[in-house]
Amino acid sequence: MKITAELKKSFYIALWFILLTFPIMVIRVNTIEQIVIWRWVNLLYVGIGSFVLSFLWQLFLKKKSRSVQTIGTKPSPLRRLLYEPKFNRPALVVIAIFTIIFPFIFSHYQVNIMTTALIYVMLGLGLNIEVGLAGLLDLGYVAFYAVGAYSYALLNYHFGLGFWTLLPVGAILAAFFGILIGLPVLRLRGDYLAIVTLGFAEIIRLILENWNTFSFGPSGISNIPRPGLFGIKLNSEQSAIYMYYLLVIFCLLAIFVVHRLKNSRIGRAWNALREDELACQAAGIDKTRTKLTAFALGATWAGMAGVLFAAKTTFINPASFTFLESAMILSIVVLGGMGSIIGVVIAALAIILLPEYLRVFSDYRMILFGAVLITMMIFRPQGIIADMRKKYESHKTSGSKIKGIDQNG
Amino acid sequence: MDNVLEVKNLTLNFGGLQALDNVSLEINKGEIAALIGPNGAGKTTLFNCLTGIHKPAAGDIILHPPQGKSRRLNNFKINQITTLGIARTFQNIRLFGGMTVLENVMIGRHCRTGAGIAGAILRDKSTRHEENLIVNESYCILEKIGLNIYVNDLAKNLPYGAQRRLEIARALATDPFLLLLDEPAAGMNPQETKELEDLIYSLRDDHNLSILLIEHDMKLVMNLAQNIFVLDYGEEIARGTPQEICRNPAVIKAYLGVEASAEYN
Amino acid sequence: MNYFGELFFSGLTRGSIYALLALGYTMVYGILQLINFAHGEIYMIGAFTALIVASVLTVKGFSSIAILVLAAVVAVVYSAAYGYTVEKIAYKPLRQAPRLSPLISAIGMSIFLQNYIMLAQTSDFLPYPNLLPPIPLFNRFSNIIGPSELSIVLTSAILMILLTLFIKFTKTGKAMRATAQDKEMAMLVGVNVNRVISTTFIIGSALAAIGGILIASHTGRINFYIGFSAGIKAFTAAVLGGIGSIPGAMLGGLVLGLAESFATGYISSDYEDVFAFALLVLILIFKPSGLLGRANNQKV
Ligand SMILES: Nc1ncnc2c1ncn2[C@@H]1O[C@H](COP(=O)(O)OP(=O)(O)OP(=O)(O)O)[C@@H](O)[C@H]1O
Ligand SMILES: [Mg+2]
Repeated sequence: MKITAELKKSFYIALWFILLTFPIMVIRVNTIEQIVIWRWVNLLYVGIGSFVLSFLWQLFLKKKSRSVQTIGTKPSPLRRLLYEPKFNRPALVVIAIFTIIFPFIFSHYQVNIMTTALIYVMLGLGLNIEVGLAGLLDLGYVAFYAVGAYSYALLNYHFGLGFWTLLPVGAILAAFFGILIGLPVLRLRGDYLAIVTLGFAEIIRLILENWNTFSFGPSGISNIPRPGLFGIKLNSEQSAIYMYYLLVIFCLLAIFVVHRLKNSRIGRAWNALREDELACQAAGIDKTRTKLTAFALGATWAGMAGVLFAAKTTFINPASFTFLESAMILSIVVLGGMGSIIGVVIAALAIILLPEYLRVFSDYRMILFGAVLITMMIFRPQGIIADMRKKYESHKTSGSKIKGIDQNG
Repeated sequence: MDNVLEVKNLTLNFGGLQALDNVSLEINKGEIAALIGPNGAGKTTLFNCLTGIHKPAAGDIILHPPQGKSRRLNNFKINQITTLGIARTFQNIRLFGGMTVLENVMIGRHCRTGAGIAGAILRDKSTRHEENLIVNESYCILEKIGLNIYVNDLAKNLPYGAQRRLEIARALATDPFLLLLDEPAAGMNPQETKELEDLIYSLRDDHNLSILLIEHDMKLVMNLAQNIFVLDYGEEIARGTPQEICRNPAVIKAYLGVEASAEYN
Repeated sequence: MNYFGELFFSGLTRGSIYALLALGYTMVYGILQLINFAHGEIYMIGAFTALIVASVLTVKGFSSIAILVLAAVVAVVYSAAYGYTVEKIAYKPLRQAPRLSPLISAIGMSIFLQNYIMLAQTSDFLPYPNLLPPIPLFNRFSNIIGPSELSIVLTSAILMILLTLFIKFTKTGKAMRATAQDKEMAMLVGVNVNRVISTTFIIGSALAAIGGILIASHTGRINFYIGFSAGIKAFTAAVLGGIGSIPGAMLGGLVLGLAESFATGYISSDYEDVFAFALLVLILIFKPSGLLGRANNQKV
């Protein structure tokens, strides 16, 4: 009875979408030769697709409104796998072994892809500090990534400085940019902040594109050296493997640092700021300073990732630093779960690796990101792996002593 | 008697609306004072001025801390005022809903502690020590307020009365000497209100607090306050002891409706 | 003087398009406090739909005036339908969510629509026919402003006047103003807030479609990405004028168009978009309430 009502509704919705998408999906014109192509079969796809999707949509919406109360009462199997030592210890060992032997069992090409994915893990973790922990929606995160990449490329080009000198320089310059941009904009309300950061990032990209004497314009900078290893000469395959290990180390470092920050006095202040700015200030927290720290620390990781990216690809140009890149990193954070470290790692790997191995994903990559952002916000705003609050245990025996037990992602 | 807070001729308008008009008041050390008045009288707005959320157009807010020198608060930032020793609660509860009850209180300790980024990452001995201290102190506050059964629950899942008390706990964690409570009993049943009354007394006595509270529950106000200030349309229409206020014709006039409804409570 | 005049009218032309688009942003922001990131895409879809309809009709041999009318009507109807649908899918389920959720959803919608057009149509630039008919009456001004520019400015002006009258005098318009002022209160006095929101999206999208046709006819080409920068610029215009204010959006559009035109004309055309973005950043930092908006005090 109820299901038929839903089916009927889905049917009407499908009809609506058939009408709505008709001109765009069916007609295709060749304006030069004045030919019109009619792709009637698309109507069928749209009809079936929207019927199924709208049915599922209604189902999930109803499920969501029913389950609001029960969230977090019973741990899901995934959660148990992640947090119960019985399961996660062996899993960790397997992952560690796999990570170490990866370059020896897979091809050069695959190692390169994995390295790229790890760069996005770093970017995701960095943006997670800003968006996930502090609630600062930064739509221009890619600007800091660009600052890192260009500081390595340019300082190397002009002054011949090496990778290991420029890695901290790139990180510091990015943090500096974070503060520079942050100082004026962090007073702004959340949505304005989003737009201003987007504006800043576009300005930086357009300058890189047009200021030829400074940044070599759209043609970019090539022949950026790969990082050295105590002066040993590496061929391209070896240096790809070296790059891979470097990124594994930096990702571990990022995970460690973000985890520590998250469960610290500062991390708590970020969370409080995300929850309620005014109450947070009234509780004695300096809003501007706390936000700036989040911004600068987030930017630092992007700066480092930028240096690593430039070293890995040996070529950069402004096209790598568009808004879409920012949107992709944001999708990683949203999909993974704001504030959740494990979630972001998994999401970064999924978002970069899936399109490489499944053709469907690579064709529809961007449209899927869009869909991911919408559906996650509506059905699972906490992400695939929701962030869990740290729990404290009280030992009320010796003068009220409480110990923190850590079970965060 | 020495006062901890002096407000002189405070004035504030929102566009055409005169929200505060030449309001003056003093809070004595160790005193419980009440600020009453009909809805929209400007009580919350006065709190907002005292805590730096709104900047008054004219007048002075002067703080006399028990230790240290007096200060004019007019141009201080919100968090600076908290650090100086004024803490407040919000009428429309503003907790950090997605954080645990204990964490809400721990946030209050922020301005009295100092671990930085390096400390957070390296987690050295002094940072660990400070962190343990924050946890223990916060836990003690929760115990005092009677919220220790909720320690690890999310703040948004607490029952209403407990949320109001958690607001007080968070404010208390900032080590204030002046506590501003905005309708702490709103939405509480008589039993809870009675407990709140005892709590407010014990806060004053155990923590050497001076307290200014806004409240519509006249019985509670009459029981608690030594001194009452009455606002109406942004103007101070009366001040005095509970007995004096009860008899004041201006107050009775402004308050008739509310007084009548207070009897049902 | 001549160069100045040229820049002035080109600025006026751009400005009136920005204003048309900015109206959509400002109306939605006024009611939902949401930056409708997908608004630029609605404008792009309007331009594409008109192109498709016009091409089909051209092949079928319709007269140019019939093509214009039919293409415009279909584009307006479709854009309005897209705007309506976007709101139902991406924003309505998030009415009670934290503020950033609908914004992220809006960004998702924007990316989705861009790629939908790219996949269903093409990623290349398409040449766009000039749909605006040559009106002989306009020729006498041709030494100062081209006929298509004049039609753009006049069409926009007429639409803005109509919109102002609509908001001022119709029942729906009043309901929109009431909702913008206080949603709860409007609901209490019997305004159907859901319907008001839908109407807002429909009107904003229809205006965007007309903007899309006008500008595409003027520049002579489109692709799936034109909505992005036009969208940000129109949003800049809305903020410049004071977001939430309808006369503000018109003024903001004109000021932005002129500023951009003079800046590219007298300084450098390489940095065309930088000027707009820089202006956006500067206003938001120094005067977030805009030219005609009122500073609002946060209620506690
Ligand atoms: N940010 C603001 N902008 C404009 N007007 C405001 C603002 N805050 C408060 N007001 C107005 O100022 C007046 C005083 O409000 P206030 O909240 O101080 O009243 P109150 O005495 O606390 O009332 P209640 O007992 O209902 O809490 C009201 O008319 C209110 O609408
Ligand atoms: Mg009040």
